[in-house]
Amino acid sequence: MITSRRDRVLTYAVLLVFTVLALVPVLQVLSAALSSPGAAGPGLRLPDGLHLENFADAWTRGQFGQYLRSSVLVSVAVVVTAAVLSTLAAYAFGTMRFPGATVLFYLFVLGLTIPEEAVVIPLYYDFRGVGLLDTYWALVLPQVAQSVAFGTFWMRTYFAGSSQALIEAARCDGATSWGVLWRVLVPSGRPAITTMLVITFMWTWNEFLLALVMVTSDSRRTVPLGLAFFQGQHSSDTALLAAGAVLVATPVVLVYLFFQRRFVEGMLSGAIKE
Amino acid sequence: MAWEAAARVRNRYRRRSPGEPRAVGYLYLLPALAVFVLLVLVPLGQSVWYSLFDWDGLTPATWAGLSNYTGLVTDPTLRAPFVHALVLLVFYALVPIAIGLLLAAAMSRVRVHGLTFFRTVLFLPQVLAMVVVAVAWRWIYAPDGVLNQVLRLVGLDGLTRSWLGDFTLALPAVGVAGTWVGFGLCMVLFLAGVQTIPRELYEAARLDGAGAWQEFRAVTLPALRPQVAVAATLTIVAGLRNFDLIYLTTSGGPGNSTAVPAYEVYHRAFETNQVGSAAAVGIALTALIFVLTVTVSRLVEGRER
Repeated sequence: MITSRRDRVLTYAVLLVFTVLALVPVLQVLSAALSSPGAAGPGLRLPDGLHLENFADAWTRGQFGQYLRSSVLVSVAVVVTAAVLSTLAAYAFGTMRFPGATVLFYLFVLGLTIPEEAVVIPLYYDFRGVGLLDTYWALVLPQVAQSVAFGTFWMRTYFAGSSQALIEAARCDGATSWGVLWRVLVPSGRPAITTMLVITFMWTWNEFLLALVMVTSDSRRTVPLGLAFFQGQHSSDTALLAAGAVLVATPVVLVYLFFQRRFVEGMLSGAIKE
Repeated sequence: MAWEAAARVRNRYRRRSPGEPRAVGYLYLLPALAVFVLLVLVPLGQSVWYSLFDWDGLTPATWAGLSNYTGLVTDPTLRAPFVHALVLLVFYALVPIAIGLLLAAAMSRVRVHGLTFFRTVLFLPQVLAMVVVAVAWRWIYAPDGVLNQVLRLVGLDGLTRSWLGDFTLALPAVGVAGTWVGFGLCMVLFLAGVQTIPRELYEAARLDGAGAWQEFRAVTLPALRPQVAVAATLTIVAGLRNFDLIYLTTSGGPGNSTAVPAYEVYHRAFETNQVGSAAAVGIALTALIFVLTVTVSRLVEGRER
């Protein structure tokens, strides 16, 4: 394409400005996390060295080691359970026809638009009623339910698009519907499944409101909540707070960098286009 | 009866394809459906029920009819959060879409080197936990933070202030943090759309002597309509749901100048013991999200036809 020099300069200028804007808040936190406690503060400045001990400090004194343990536990439980349930449901919606399928599917789609704020109050009283408040169950079960709506919606598209001939062939070889799912469709659906896993992981890892409401003991707090409480108690301890923020963000950022394509496609699908 | 229905289903589906009856679909559906109904739909129903009562969460509730809903209109402390939410949508949805269009349009005119790098960086804010975003932006707006640093650097010392503590500016300040989170998502969406526009359209526009703006109006924008709709839906829904950012930066303050419905739900239910009213806010918020989602998709589809 023929482009003028002016166009090119302008394009890079615009891109550069927004890249800087996108990076400044992140860099400011990173630099504070690497600064010595005395030198760290709000404002953008170069770190005065590589004070990695901030991370060790956050891990022990800031209890981030413990928060990370909770987060890993909850995330793994939610991601795995939601993935299995969504895959099963989407398999039914995508490859089988049965009365009520459409209505039930739209029920799930509706679930995508229901905000947490609309369910969190009853969830609190329900879980308190059965004595499960302040347990990992109170964090895992509601998040599985919320993730299942997206997972089913997402995986149905994959199953509906999967080769009907392949399914028929496997069936003629005597495979049951269960066998077709696990031995034929799931292995070839790895990209779609990966997308579902990384998106669910990000949501669960970053979840805040539910963790704030459902859990009260420090030992069961997930990292976002830990960071928020830490901010409330030691807001002047900038270096430690910054190190904590980096610890909270790193797992999701790593997953994002490795699976960027999957990540983006999953997040953009969230808009219901049927 | 049930057996008869099952037999009917079996017969109906046996004809369609070999193999087992497709009523087995219900079995595959069951676990997900059970969890979804039990932990999303039932609580949603309970929220509606709660919203019809005056309840402090401890003593027995008293029937309130629709008064919690009329309160949304008549009570200024409940009306304000909805107004704030709509103001914030300008920052959460409109501005990110505009920036996204600008970036995508700029990139459509030139073959950009390092496209992957730019895309990765600009999308990054979207994957950060809101807690981290909140920490970062509290510092930006702090008295000795980046924003005031920059203002002092260019000699505008008079404008420096504690941004999140300012009654009129706290709301836009939080909004800008939301813009920061959202614009990369919009850009990536539009960029994907731009790449599907036939090159010939641009060449033709240029042969006709179209400038950058005319080219954008005539070629890029019309082609991106579906992507704009998706971006609007995503950013509006995310914006209205956004509790974390408000709670962690301003807690609705100063005064209640940054209170939004999502914050009000938590605040009323768990901090001031107005459970019924909180539930009503939650239900109203759900309705608002639903209506806006449907409206946006209708608007776009309607124009396409």
